[in-house]
Amino acid sequence: MTVPAPRLSTADRTPSQDTVGALGSIEAADYSFWYGAKQALHQVSLQIPARSVTAFIGPSGCGKSTFLRSINRMNALIPDTRHEGAIRLDGEDVNGTSMDVVQLRQRIGMVFQRWNPFPRSVYDNVAYGPRINGTGSRQELDAAVESSLRRAALWDEVKDRLRDSALGLSGGQQQRLCIARALANQPEVLLLDEPCSALDPIATQKIEELLYELKSEITIVIVTHNLQQAARVSDRTAFFYMGRLIEVDATQSMFTSPREERTEAYITGRFG
Amino acid sequence: MGSTSIEGASSADRWYRIITTACALSIPLLLGFIALQVFVGAWPAFEKFGLSFLTGSTWDVGAGEFGAAPMIYGTVVSSVLALVLATPLALGVAIFLSEFAPPWLRQPVAFLVDLLAAIPSVVYGLWGIFVLLPVLREDVMPFLATTLGLGNTPLFSGPAYGNSMLAASVILAIMILPYISAVAREVLMAVPRAQREAALALGATRWEMIRDAVVPYARSGIIGGIILGLGRALGETMAVTMLIGNRAELSASLFAPGYTLASVIANEFAEASTEFHTAALMACGAVLLVVTLMVNMIARWLVGRVAREGR
Repeated sequence: MTVPAPRLSTADRTPSQDTVGALGSIEAADYSFWYGAKQALHQVSLQIPARSVTAFIGPSGCGKSTFLRSINRMNALIPDTRHEGAIRLDGEDVNGTSMDVVQLRQRIGMVFQRWNPFPRSVYDNVAYGPRINGTGSRQELDAAVESSLRRAALWDEVKDRLRDSALGLSGGQQQRLCIARALANQPEVLLLDEPCSALDPIATQKIEELLYELKSEITIVIVTHNLQQAARVSDRTAFFYMGRLIEVDATQSMFTSPREERTEAYITGRFG
Repeated sequence: MGSTSIEGASSADRWYRIITTACALSIPLLLGFIALQVFVGAWPAFEKFGLSFLTGSTWDVGAGEFGAAPMIYGTVVSSVLALVLATPLALGVAIFLSEFAPPWLRQPVAFLVDLLAAIPSVVYGLWGIFVLLPVLREDVMPFLATTLGLGNTPLFSGPAYGNSMLAASVILAIMILPYISAVAREVLMAVPRAQREAALALGATRWEMIRDAVVPYARSGIIGGIILGLGRALGETMAVTMLIGNRAELSASLFAPGYTLASVIANEFAEASTEFHTAALMACGAVLLVVTLMVNMIARWLVGRVAREGR
């Protein structure tokens, strides 16, 4: 596969290490979203503190993924959508005119339900973000690849096969590779859209442990259908239902004493 | 597949299978039969001239001397040049249609491009004679030779008659463009959304996404489309015969007339009176058959590979 030539002119797009610090708080204010005429989100207001794990739960079609994908503007790919209200990253409107979407997506990494490594080597997958964002020298890339793979708890498994195709890895490894690829941009926030729904329990456990390790460094938002997973990995949980945010609270309180009846019905398995 | 059938239905099943199998077998048999006939017909020429049929550059019907090198050269050069001209344009169209065009524009433009494939070859030839040749002779060739100063290089030297390798290549380029473009468009649109999202979510611009995620993923399919276009170009007869000048001479200049395997067959078959002349034309056909079959097989394999990887 072709390797994009590093371009130094875009070096200013790389977030510098020391700004990663306490950044990464997200705030939504009356955020609504429409697919064509269909309203998918109704005035969602929500605070996601930096360096914590927030889980979005709710039945299929409740808007949790739509909200997640609104944070890094991935919904903009879908034609005929619109929004009202604001989502702010560190106080800055992600849809604001001064917000560069390319930069936004470097600051907010994303991992998808179905792992999607590029059909290239392990190394080239992880190096992709730094390369397009201007990291030029070989040493810098090597360092970024190694540290990202270590942070994704994958280094020991792939360090001898960095040049092999990423598609030769197991599903769980490929998903952790996608996490490493996102981490290589040194994002402030990591969004995960049902990252374990296609993985076996052991691979799932590895990713959950990884999220636990990572939350001291970055803000994590995870959409999950698995309530046990939400209970295990998250500090806070937000329950979405029919496009509305019903309740958001510390995970422990939410699962032991939900304030809303619908939340209780959902987490006790009466519907959804 | 061969599962045991229910009693009673077995006879009907068997006949059904026999008939469909016969239908399916008839196609490869037909192909084999045609190939066999061509090679049998060509055998006297291969036997008499041997390898010099492929390497000799004298095609003299009167003297009974048949060397097909100018035709082989003309076939390959006109087709390859057509590819060089058509590929960037076809890819541009395909990338525009799959990545940038608004949905309401995509269908009409794709339809018009595909329609290029529906124009009869002889109409292309006619258009070539009355429109393309004057433009080449009066504008393009002088521009290349004089304005750009390329007239001293072997490729663009000599008088500009119009009828030439260049004219044939340009018309071929237009004719194969829809094939390359259609295949490229299909494979580009078949690139999974997950691949596009992967690149965008990492902060790729739209252009970077196309360059790094979409095109590489579709690459072997695009190459397959290009080779499919090459297969079309190699065998194209009518339009090329009308424009290439039909002179069996090896010349490096694209301004000079040339000849192709297909056009020599079309031009001379009706007048072939001697055994060796007929055999020589059959041999041209055999060479063309082998080359185009190989090219098509490679193209299909490459396109199929993308389809398998896409799953």
